[in-house]
Amino acid sequence: MSGLLIAEQVLNGLQYGVMLFLMAAGLTLVFGVMGLINLAHGSLYMVGAFACAAVAAATGSFWLGLAAALAAAALAGAIVERVVIRRLYARDHLDQVLATFALILIFSEGTRWLFGSFPLYLSVPAALEGAVRLPGGIDYPLYRLAIIAIGLAVAAGLFWLIGGTRLGTRIRAGEADREMIAALGVDIDRLYTIVFALGAALAGLAGALVGTIQSVQVGMGEPVLILAFVVIVIGGIGSIRGALAGALLVGLTDTLGKVFLPVAFAAVMDPADANAVGSALASMLIYVLMAAVLVLRPRGLYGAA
Amino acid sequence: MALHAARAAFGMIRETWLNAALLAAFLAVPLAAHALGEPFIVTLATKVAIFALAGVGLNLALGLGGLVSFGHAAFFGIGGYAAGILASHAVNSEPVATWPVLLEGSRQMLVIWPIAMAGGALAALVIGALSLRTSGVYFIMVTLAFAQMLYYFAISWPAYGGEDGLSFYTRNAFPGLDSFAPLQFFALCAILLAAALGVFAMLQNSRFGLALQAARQSRDRVVASGIRPYSVQLTAFVISGAICGLAGALYADLNRFVSPAMLSWHTSGEIMIFVILGGVGRLCGPLAGAALFILLEHLLGGVSEYWQVFLGLLLLAVVIFARGGLIGVLAGRSAHG
Repeated sequence: MSGLLIAEQVLNGLQYGVMLFLMAAGLTLVFGVMGLINLAHGSLYMVGAFACAAVAAATGSFWLGLAAALAAAALAGAIVERVVIRRLYARDHLDQVLATFALILIFSEGTRWLFGSFPLYLSVPAALEGAVRLPGGIDYPLYRLAIIAIGLAVAAGLFWLIGGTRLGTRIRAGEADREMIAALGVDIDRLYTIVFALGAALAGLAGALVGTIQSVQVGMGEPVLILAFVVIVIGGIGSIRGALAGALLVGLTDTLGKVFLPVAFAAVMDPADANAVGSALASMLIYVLMAAVLVLRPRGLYGAA
Repeated sequence: MALHAARAAFGMIRETWLNAALLAAFLAVPLAAHALGEPFIVTLATKVAIFALAGVGLNLALGLGGLVSFGHAAFFGIGGYAAGILASHAVNSEPVATWPVLLEGSRQMLVIWPIAMAGGALAALVIGALSLRTSGVYFIMVTLAFAQMLYYFAISWPAYGGEDGLSFYTRNAFPGLDSFAPLQFFALCAILLAAALGVFAMLQNSRFGLALQAARQSRDRVVASGIRPYSVQLTAFVISGAICGLAGALYADLNRFVSPAMLSWHTSGEIMIFVILGGVGRLCGPLAGAALFILLEHLLGGVSEYWQVFLGLLLLAVVIFARGGLIGVLAGRSAHG
């Protein structure tokens, strides 16, 4: 196994992790601030991907598509928050799960109705095509590097937003004591809509960025949603820092496990069996990681005790 | 106070009558359909019985225990795969395992059922032991994630069909019955459902069931009375897993096919829908919910390819406006707090 291959897979894992972070950040923010478990977060990811693919196909510009993805996901998020989600804050988690599950059905079938069952394809923008040679001689796709950069930039922006701006102070205050900040004159309803739309926009961004790597299709959001759950369970619900750490951990574990476990098993058994056993176990690896974290720290790496 | 008690008592009587009417309709429809030569409706009723059985399993954990598990597809799917794997090995006359004990394949439901239940129970023991270390929203996500783990395992493990699933061409056998005749298979499923409802009703009023419900209502008080909520909840979770395992085995037999879809989170969501549409914690809630779901699927599915949009809207309406589900709306709020 060459060092180059390992380095390349580490980069792939980072790219995957960064994308998971974009999903997990919105989920964990919404849970931390509003105490809401939102299964429909994957649908907002799908909305972003479809908006990007549709606008990019119509205008020929990926960047317009990306802007449309952000706008469409944020708008869908704001509408859903106003119409449905708002009624669920005071309810127990069971009602929230069921109502947001219902939203998934509506979003998925609605999208199927609008765009049909066939996947759409998004191509990489011309400016980001091709590979770059990294120090050490690895040729790595520029687009994937750009995703890593965008993800890390968004992470930095979020830390700044939460930690260094007035809106962030309000969000943190809303997390700590909803009634107190309402009494201090903050429009809590508007704050919640903004937080939800922000989370939705991040999911939409993730969907649009990934749309060029995978195909854009109905149901694309759910596998990512469940991984984002694993991420925030590992990181600790409500913590952006935990979401970043968890996302990178899950991204790296999954990617490296899928590449190296079959190879490792091939050293001790015949290659065909090793491939089957290795890839089956690799698909379970992140859940084993999650179980291990739960045993050691039931509230996640960065969760409040 | 007296008025309130009287109203609650009236609600309970009304729920009892409602349950009786529901069960009568549930038996009458397939019998009438059989008499009229409509085997498809008998099969639909069988599907209702199986889904309701899985719902009764979940209702034990969710309704009585307040454990919002989003991973019950795991137990349902394990039961299904137990049936499929045993049957496929029996067809090829290869033992399933030679170590540590010799396990032969089988086509006998009476052999398959206990194994499916044991498989569901064992998985519930492991998943429950880990998940019950958490609570609230963590519990929901963790149960979902563990079920998803088994789903991906089933997809990537090629021995039993992987993503394509596993077909077995004839239904497994039950002594003295022709399990392939729709009405006879329905009778089997209905009897098992009745047994599970009996177990649920018995547990609900037992010391164990009261402790379980108390742990949902106030964990601290239960601890203060010297009961460990963890073991009570884990026991309920394991029984719940066993019942779902049995339902999964029956579902595999109904379709003569198992696939990873049985393990998917969509299945978990559907089992949850049966319970909630009918009424959480109500004895016959899962039956009412499953019947309504199948009815909607059948009626709306005929009207529009996109019937799940309507299902979604209906679910939203139930959550937002009709808390307590179908039985809650018809029988009034019960003492279920």
